[in-house]
Amino acid sequence: MESTARDFNDNVDHALADPNLQDSLAKLKVGFSERRRQAAERLPEFEALRDRARDIKNHALANLDFYLEEFERKVLALGGHVHWAPTAADARRIIGELCQSMGARTVAKSKSMVAEEIALNEHLEELGIAPIETDLGEYIIQLRHEPPSHIIAPAVHLTKDQVADTFLEHHAKLGFTKRLTERNDLVAEARHVLRQKFLDADVGLTGANFLVAETGSSMLVTNEGNADLSNTLPRMHIVLASIEKVIPTLEDAAVLLRVLARSATGQESSAYTTLNTGPKRPGDLDGPEHYHVVILDNGRSAVLGTEMQEILRCIRCGACMNHCPVYGAIGGHAYGWVYPGPLGAVLTPQLIGVEEAGNLPNASTFCGRCESVCPVRIPLPKLMRHWREREFERHLTPTAVRQGLALWSFVARRPQLYRRLTGVANRVLALFGRAEGRYHALPLAGGWTRFRDLPAPQAGGTFHAQWKKRRS
Amino acid sequence: MSDASTTARAQILNGIRRSLRRGEISGEQRQAAEARLAQPPLGPSVARAQLAQPEKVALFCQWAETNNATVARVAAPDVAAEVVSFLARNNLPAEAAIAPSPLLAGYDWNSQKMLSLRQGRGEGSDQVSITGAFAGIAETGTLVMASGPDHPVTLNLLPDTHIVVIRESDIVGGYEDVWTRLRARYGKDRMPRTINTITGPSRTGDIEQAMELGAHGPRRMHIVVVRE
Repeated sequence: MESTARDFNDNVDHALADPNLQDSLAKLKVGFSERRRQAAERLPEFEALRDRARDIKNHALANLDFYLEEFERKVLALGGHVHWAPTAADARRIIGELCQSMGARTVAKSKSMVAEEIALNEHLEELGIAPIETDLGEYIIQLRHEPPSHIIAPAVHLTKDQVADTFLEHHAKLGFTKRLTERNDLVAEARHVLRQKFLDADVGLTGANFLVAETGSSMLVTNEGNADLSNTLPRMHIVLASIEKVIPTLEDAAVLLRVLARSATGQESSAYTTLNTGPKRPGDLDGPEHYHVVILDNGRSAVLGTEMQEILRCIRCGACMNHCPVYGAIGGHAYGWVYPGPLGAVLTPQLIGVEEAGNLPNASTFCGRCESVCPVRIPLPKLMRHWREREFERHLTPTAVRQGLALWSFVARRPQLYRRLTGVANRVLALFGRAEGRYHALPLAGGWTRFRDLPAPQAGGTFHAQWKKRRS
Repeated sequence: MSDASTTARAQILNGIRRSLRRGEISGEQRQAAEARLAQPPLGPSVARAQLAQPEKVALFCQWAETNNATVARVAAPDVAAEVVSFLARNNLPAEAAIAPSPLLAGYDWNSQKMLSLRQGRGEGSDQVSITGAFAGIAETGTLVMASGPDHPVTLNLLPDTHIVVIRESDIVGGYEDVWTRLRARYGKDRMPRTINTITGPSRTGDIEQAMELGAHGPRRMHIVVVRE
């Protein structure tokens, strides 16, 4: 998809002023985050499993070429095909040609962030092939011509009422002329509309949560069953997965599954976890005749061996964004590309360039909640800091920020001056009143205080002054 | 493979090796990776997957119900009667598509004169399906379905109501026990085309993060656990 990451600051202004978005985001705190906490508490082994999950992914990355080749060998042995795509354009071309080889008019698609990354839908449409998003959230945003705003809940930015309006607008021509008000009615209507599309689709396209080298299986974790219909009903199943999805064995998958669903939605297990291995076998009454796996690099192999390598452990659960105060304030669209939240702040500059996406790693309070909930313990704040350093080194930081940092470092290296200036600042801020413990507005900082409060300095002077008093 | 795809493959694999500052893995590193595939090491053991068989069965039923399935525990001769009674309790027609499995054929369906069964794959018009299960996982109340001529995948997905008949002895502790059974049944390197592990009815949290049942797969799941 086209990036708007460069316009991050404008995107943020729009997001903060959007009442529907703010209503939807308020639900994150009581939704996914709270349910994740409860699920983690119910499983005493959860922390040990996170350690192991991290180690498994580290091992897989250190031997990535070996496990990818093993995976390929197993897929071929069972009658499947493997295609290697160094770039997004390669993956689009391969998938387009596979669809054309089936004379496909429609493709049933199960939600895939990698497909978003390579802008697959636009490519298929150019070829005259209709991609049909079948995950409910993806279906809703496809109707609205919007990109996903969350990696596991693509329509999380929308309220029920907005979904109702969208369905009325698009389903009226199919005979659904009543505006629905209940969530279960909306789900039922989408089920009805999409069922026939599944039965008619020529090709099913899914992503993969994991590729298991031991067995040559692609593993899919979903709740709706749409991925399973996509890989069962059409005559061809195409799996699109990036290189870092490969893991060694089924036992490793068991560990990762235990942390994935709990971290994502707080479920003990998602409703459907499916392993697909090759095409339909002799005697089978259903299943695709053709099975293809497209393995995408798109810049990932270059991340190996660098200080950013740890981001490749990511299993795309979304916990980092569910727990991020910045994501919680601005939602996913403001990040301007496919991957939002702390994950996006680290991955997006890698995949589309720090020149384009340099603002994203700056959109963090460094509170550390993302790292504390990451099932594979990715040090996201540390990785964002690496990007900030790179951005600074390459002189991409705005002049005002550079000058501010230069001034701060000048003062901070002169303790006498620092103490004197902070003492003055403390007294000046006190003049604006500290009764509430926070300022809702400050002169010259209206842009900053419009959406947040500045904590007031505590009575008793600066930290240095209080420290001195306490020591004496 | 065409020249272009051979080049693409080499480009990715060599890119990985260049970044990791090594050639193809060899020596001890290769042996370690090969050994891991040959004898997969277990992850941290999960206490609730390590129970005695009767407790496993009880935990399986408990988690299945927590995940919105309904459970009935009956003796083998009563399986068919339980299915008919479930359909009646839920005002469903006494018609179902049933998996062509020898194990299922062993139950006394002829005792239920009202019940009409069709053997075969699932169709878009089916209201009810009846299948067996390769295993049940106590840890999460999950059913494991292995595809094959005796178990079409469509039966797990297309009907509104899915009835699953599983023997107590097929309920295991955790995923790892399922993998062991799969390797024993199908061979280490030969998975069935599809393994569906299913925990309760289909659901979605895509509208306002509230879970709603019956997204694309069955809205209702009834598990008949056969006492042994």
